[in-house]
Order: sequence, then structure tokens, then C-alpha cells
Amino acid sequence: MKVERCKGFKDFVPEDMKRFRLIENIFRDICFHWGYHEIRTPTLEYLYLFTSAGTLTPGKLRRVYSFLDWDGWSGERVVLKPEATIPVARYYIDNPQKGFSRLFYVTNVFMFEETGREPRERWQCGAELIGGNSVITDSELVMLALNVLKKLGLNNLEVTLSHAGLIRAFLDEMELDPQEHGRIFDRILDGELETLANIKPVKPELIQVLGLLLKLKGKSPGLLKNIRVISARTLPGLIPALDNFITIIDLLEKTECNYKIDLSYGKGFEYYTGVIFHFSVDKEIVGGGGRYDQLIPQMGGSDIPAAGFALYMDRLSKLIKAENIDTINTNRVLVDFAPKVVKEGFKIATLLRESGLIVELASKGQQETEYDWVIELKSKSPTFVINNPKDGRKLELDSFTEVMRLLGCN
Amino acid sequence: MAFRIALPKGRLLKETSALLEKSGWKIEGYNTQMRHYRLLSKKYPEMGIKVFQEKDIPIQVAVGNYDIGICGLNWIEELLVKYPSSAIDKILDLGYGEGALFAAMRPEMMRGTGTIIRIASEYSNLAESFAERLRLKRFSILPLWGAAEVYPPESAEIVLLTGKTEKDLVKHKLVNLSLLVKTKAYLIANKNSLKKKDMTQILAALTKNVPHGIHEIDEINNIPVIVRAVGINAGKQNANDKVRIALPDGHQQSHVCSIFKQAGIYVHDYPSKTGNRRPVSNIEGILIKVIRPQDMPLQVANDNFDLAITGRDWFTEHKYQFPSSPVVELVDLKYGRVRLVAVISKDMPAENIDEWQRNRHQSHSACRVASEYTNIADNYARDKRLGRYRIIPTWGATEAFLPEDADILIENTETGGTIARHNLKIIDTLFESTVCLIGSKRIIYDKIKQKRVKRIIEALESAVGAN
Repeated sequence: MKVERCKGFKDFVPEDMKRFRLIENIFRDICFHWGYHEIRTPTLEYLYLFTSAGTLTPGKLRRVYSFLDWDGWSGERVVLKPEATIPVARYYIDNPQKGFSRLFYVTNVFMFEETGREPRERWQCGAELIGGNSVITDSELVMLALNVLKKLGLNNLEVTLSHAGLIRAFLDEMELDPQEHGRIFDRILDGELETLANIKPVKPELIQVLGLLLKLKGKSPGLLKNIRVISARTLPGLIPALDNFITIIDLLEKTECNYKIDLSYGKGFEYYTGVIFHFSVDKEIVGGGGRYDQLIPQMGGSDIPAAGFALYMDRLSKLIKAENIDTINTNRVLVDFAPKVVKEGFKIATLLRESGLIVELASKGQQETEYDWVIELKSKSPTFVINNPKDGRKLELDSFTEVMRLLGCN
Repeated sequence: MAFRIALPKGRLLKETSALLEKSGWKIEGYNTQMRHYRLLSKKYPEMGIKVFQEKDIPIQVAVGNYDIGICGLNWIEELLVKYPSSAIDKILDLGYGEGALFAAMRPEMMRGTGTIIRIASEYSNLAESFAERLRLKRFSILPLWGAAEVYPPESAEIVLLTGKTEKDLVKHKLVNLSLLVKTKAYLIANKNSLKKKDMTQILAALTKNVPHGIHEIDEINNIPVIVRAVGINAGKQNANDKVRIALPDGHQQSHVCSIFKQAGIYVHDYPSKTGNRRPVSNIEGILIKVIRPQDMPLQVANDNFDLAITGRDWFTEHKYQFPSSPVVELVDLKYGRVRLVAVISKDMPAENIDEWQRNRHQSHSACRVASEYTNIADNYARDKRLGRYRIIPTWGATEAFLPEDADILIENTETGGTIARHNLKIIDTLFESTVCLIGSKRIIYDKIKQKRVKRIIEALESAVGAN
């Protein structure tokens, strides 16, 4: 019978793990220095966390892995964590002693994908800033993510900005019924901005603004400011969102961040309320995030604003250049000894490891040529027969101190 | 070219049989009295025809066991809503079996918003999709084998029910919350079969005999969820001193009646000729509902009933799925004795499970275990270390699955007669099941209720002892 891996799931081979650990280590190190604390939420959560309005879009909800747990006779389902932010919000509500919180995580998330060619399990590293709602906090998250991407040696970074608050305010002005409002907002978040173009707005001035909004692409703070002037009199509902968006962009301008505006990059989660950002490397999206001020109150927590982002580790690991992977430049040593000297054998292997070397014990089938040194331990003199398979040197020594010196250990 | 077709039992049988007759298929024995599930067409003798429960047909066609099948749109959507990439195409509206699947509730429940909304249904996938589209904050799905109409308001807030029109809900004192599927009988085909096999002759004969030909069908996800209620109130559990008892429908009714009589409990209008599912008894402080025995353990676990009468088979099925469930067996009523057995085709060269397994070791395909008891079957497959296996859930008529659509069945049998008639044989007995009284480990705080429960248990114990 054929032994198979589950469709849509992958093994991380040692080479993948090197890349994975590099991203993880850099991410953790940077987050730590920015004052963030690491948390880890469980793989299994109750499904209801993700089903209410303002959490996952129906398109995403249809693809979660949900099932009945062993004690699920009430019919309430559990789910393999489909995304990382909602569990963090749940954790925050669970631990109400926290006020302002800077949290980060490295986690896997599960989402069904029909063909099985795309991964159904993905890894993310992300940060959430709970309790702050100034434009500075939004920029902090953008700068933090860029810091990580730069440290990973990635070039041609770009931040694409959209604004859920602006899209919502625009839909509000359209005076749609709540169901239609929700449906269109979900479709825009599922990446279909053109849905907007098909609606016939009740107010004629909306058509004009809609045309401008759809054109809003690239590095165009000017256009955004012009839209504000046009809307100020007739569409006052748009002003707070426009002001917020303009301030964030002005701030990013000052930081010399390479950004562009594109409202069709709203793609994301239903819980976003303000700015939405996507990070790309050579035009490939490697992460995203945004402001979600209503999520925690909607889930039953206090009225506390929050924002966050996640970097997609599977995509990042493909982009990391080989020279950036931390190749451990430590000598590999093979120690071979007879059962008679087993005690001494383990002892010297331990001492060599403590000196920073990689030490393996000899076993059948190992190729000596793969090692920098091969040490044969004997019960009588010469105690150590040492050879270097790479340059052919062969030495016989009796003192372990001499062995250490030869191998460059202190 | 040989075709395989899956035909429905039950509500669509009569009209399907008439349509096929009109189309000149000349199928022998496709009627309500049929004794075999494998039928023969005189017109198309090479065609493999098998009869299934309607619910099984979309799955059988989707997995490619059958090229075409006939079933209601409700069951097609039940599959597609959860597994949209299933390999089936709806190809022909057959023009009969019209009705609708409604989400329904008691009018008194349409108030405010509650905590957990319980949706009871045979259509658990459609129920889940409905709850998600409704954006219910917190809900639970109670899968049922039937009799959904009797659940509201005490045991569920919403039920999914089929009916010809909305008026059918009124007789159950329910109101329509949303229309989920306008159902009809459909001819469905496996996507690959449709591409590769020439079925023109069969399709032409059928098309000629259906009134309107091929129709456009609404995709389930495009039907807007129209909710008439402003809000749904989660029902409160019966907090009073009444003992809630679930009695079985179906063939067990007369046995239950006689044991109850011996215990001094008289239940009026049970079995009911009018389909009354809320009979009353001579004992004060008892509320009775008549539901499917398969659904009882889950209902007792959820505290919708204090006591229920069901088979040990269904009790065990429930405990295998939910090991820490509070449901316990209280009294063995010692009738309705059946054995749960492992069954294979008579043509297989094995007399017991070990022999059969030894022979199977040479096979490279996954072992297909078909059963109504999916958790018992799953547990058995693990215990016996069947290796790579698949559980095929069925909704009755499981004998029809062997040998083409399953390798082994886990079935119940009283005498073994049905198994032998279908050319099958028993190779293992899992356990013996009788009808029993089940209840919950939960503590009853109400003193009066506590006494009443105790009295009923004792009365049934002595009635069984007297037998």
C-alpha cells in the first residue's frame, strides 16, 4: 500500500527548516526589541469565534476545517485555527488584566484549498498592537514589518495601502439595506472592488466620487486630498475616514517608506475597520494587516482598538537568497570507539560538543569523507588515531588536550 | 457500453418507476414491495441498477460508483453546499417530487436574541451553511435521522423541514423562517461519465417523457437567505418538575406499549394513526415525545429529555462518538434483540474476520466499510487494524452496497435472513443489542422530579423482571 502525505500539506525538509528558522529568529528578535511579547494560541478553537458578522467573510468561512470534538454532543463545532488574529483577540479578552498590549506570534493556520496544489496549512508570523489607535501605531506596525523584511535581505519592498473605513463609509452613503451592505463589503474584501462599479448609487455625487476612488492608485496623496475637498460638502460621512487615510499616508511619506495606494487591495478580513496594508517583495505579496477597532468589543471584550499584521512565512522562505541562510560553519567530527571504551568515548564526544563542534558517533554506513575529522578511540596507546579525510592527514596522539588543540578547541 | 444507475427508495419511488416505465426501461420489481435492491431492465440488460435511500444517491454518483442517479434537489444541495467540487452535474429536472426545504421555527421563539441557537435537521450541511449565512453568533447543529418537526420549541430553536408548501409547516405549529431549497426530482450524472460515456439513448428516452425538459437551476449559494424573524430567542430548558421521556417511532412502538402497560404507564394515542408525536399518559408529571431511536442518545446528552427508550446499538454508537457523554444505560428492557455483525459478500473466500483480513492484505486499495453506525464501524476498523480504510455512511438499505460499493458492512440483524437473501454472509459479531432505557448522569436537583424518575425506572425494572 502506498504511503501518502495528506493532500495540500507539506513536509518541511531540513533545507526548508533552515529558512523557516531564519525567518522565525529574525522576526522574534526584532519583535522583542520593539517591545512585543510572544504568545501561542491553541490549534483548536470554537467555530463560533469565527462565524459572527465582523470576523471571517463567508467565502473564507466555507473553507475552514470544522468538526465535532470528542465531547461535542451539543453540536457546537470546533475548528483548526483558520487565521491568527481572532484567537489573539480571544486571548486578550480571556486575560482582562492587560491594558495596552504588544503581542507577537508564530503559528500555522488551516484553510481548505480545492486543488490541493496550494498549501492547506500555512505558517505566519505576526504582531498585534492592542490598545493604541493613533496613526503612529498604524505606522509602527508597517515599519516593524518592513524592518523584518529588510533584515531578511529582501529588496524591492513595497507597501500597498487601502482603507476599510473608507470603503465602509462609501457603502454607508449608498444607503443600501444592511444585508446588501454586508454582502458588497464582503465581496470587496474577497478582492472584487469592481462590485462597486455595478451599483447604482442613489446620490448622483457618489458616482463622481466613485469614479475617483476607483482611479485611486499609486503614490497619489494629492488625489486623496482632492477627493476630500470634493466630498466635504455633499458626502460628509467620508471625511473622517479620508482624514485618517491622508494622515497615515503623510506620515509614511515622511518615513520614506515605499508605498502605493490601491483600494482594490482591500482583500482581507471582515474585521478591518481602518487602514489595510499589504507588503510585497518584487510585486509578490508576502504579508498584510490592518486596523480592527471593532473586533474585540464585538467578541464581547471591552471597547478597545487594535491593529496588526502577519507575514506569510511560506512565501518568504521561497524568496530568501541562499547566501542569507545561516550556514553553520562548525567542523563535523566522527568519533569511533569499541564497546570496551564506551565510557571514555561518550565523555570525549561530550567535551568536543561543549567546545562547539558537531560530533556524531560512528555507525555502519556513514561516509568518513563527509567529516572534517574522524577520531578513533582505542583502549591502548596510541589512544587517539585522528585523520582528516579532506586533506589526508593522519595523526596518532595520546593526550586529549593535544586532540583539542589540533581540532582548534580551547 | 454498460451503465450504472442509482434509483431512489421512498417518496420518489412511485413517480420514478412510472417515468422509467413510460420511457420503456421495463424494470422488474421496482415498487414499494421490492425485496431486492439490485434490479434488471429488460430494455437495457447490461445496465447495473441499484436502489438506495435518496440521501445516499448524490454521494454514490459523485464518487463514481454510479453514472447516473435520480434524487431530490434537497439531497443534491446537502452534498454540494459542503463539497462544492463534488463530481456531479444536475442534468434534468424530472418534473415531479416538488416541494421545498424550509428553515422553520415556532412563532413564540421570534423574540430578542438568545445565546446558542440550536438547529436540528437531517440536513446538517445545509443547516450549517444556513447558520453561517445568517451570521448567527453562536449556534449548534443537532443532526437528526428524522421527525425534526417535533423538536421545537423545547429541544431546538430552528428545524429544517421539507414540505410541499409553506402550509405544511402550519400543522406542526411552525412558521417559515426562510426557504432554503425549492426541491424537485432531478436526474444527476457523474461528471466523468458524462464526458466519457455515450448515454444519449437513455437520456433521449427520459427527456422525451419529462414535461419541461432541462431547466436552469438556482445555485444554493445564490438564493438569498430571507429571514422573517427579527431575532431568535434561545429556548429555555424545562426547569420544572416534569419528566421528559422520548419514545421511539417505527416498529418498536407496540413492544414499548406493552412494557409500559406492565409498568402501569398507559400512553394514549401511541402508536398514533394521525402521526401525533406528543401523546399523553395517565401518570402525572410526564411529558412524552415520539422521535427516532437513533436520535435519542444525543437528545438525552443535551438535556432535552430525562429518559428515552432506544437500542443499545444507538447508545453505543453515541458513546463511541462522544466518550465523555453523560448518557447511561439504566434498564435493559430485554426485547428487540439484534446482533451487530460484520458482513461480507458470500462469494468471498473467508469464514471469519481474520481469514478475510489475511486475504485483504494482498489488496492495495483502501478497505471500504459501509454502515449506518459510522462510529461503531470506525471503532471496529481500528480495533481490527484494518489499515487504510474508509467509512461509508449509509442511511439504511446498507445490504445494497456489497460487493460493488463496499468491501464490508457493519449491520444489525435479527435472524440473519435479510443478509442471506442478499447473498451476503456474517463473519463476525460485534455485540448484542436489546432495547433499553437510557438516562443522564446529570444530577436532578428538583426533588419531585427526582422521585418521579426513580419511580419510572423502578416500574420498568419490575415490569422487565416479571417477564
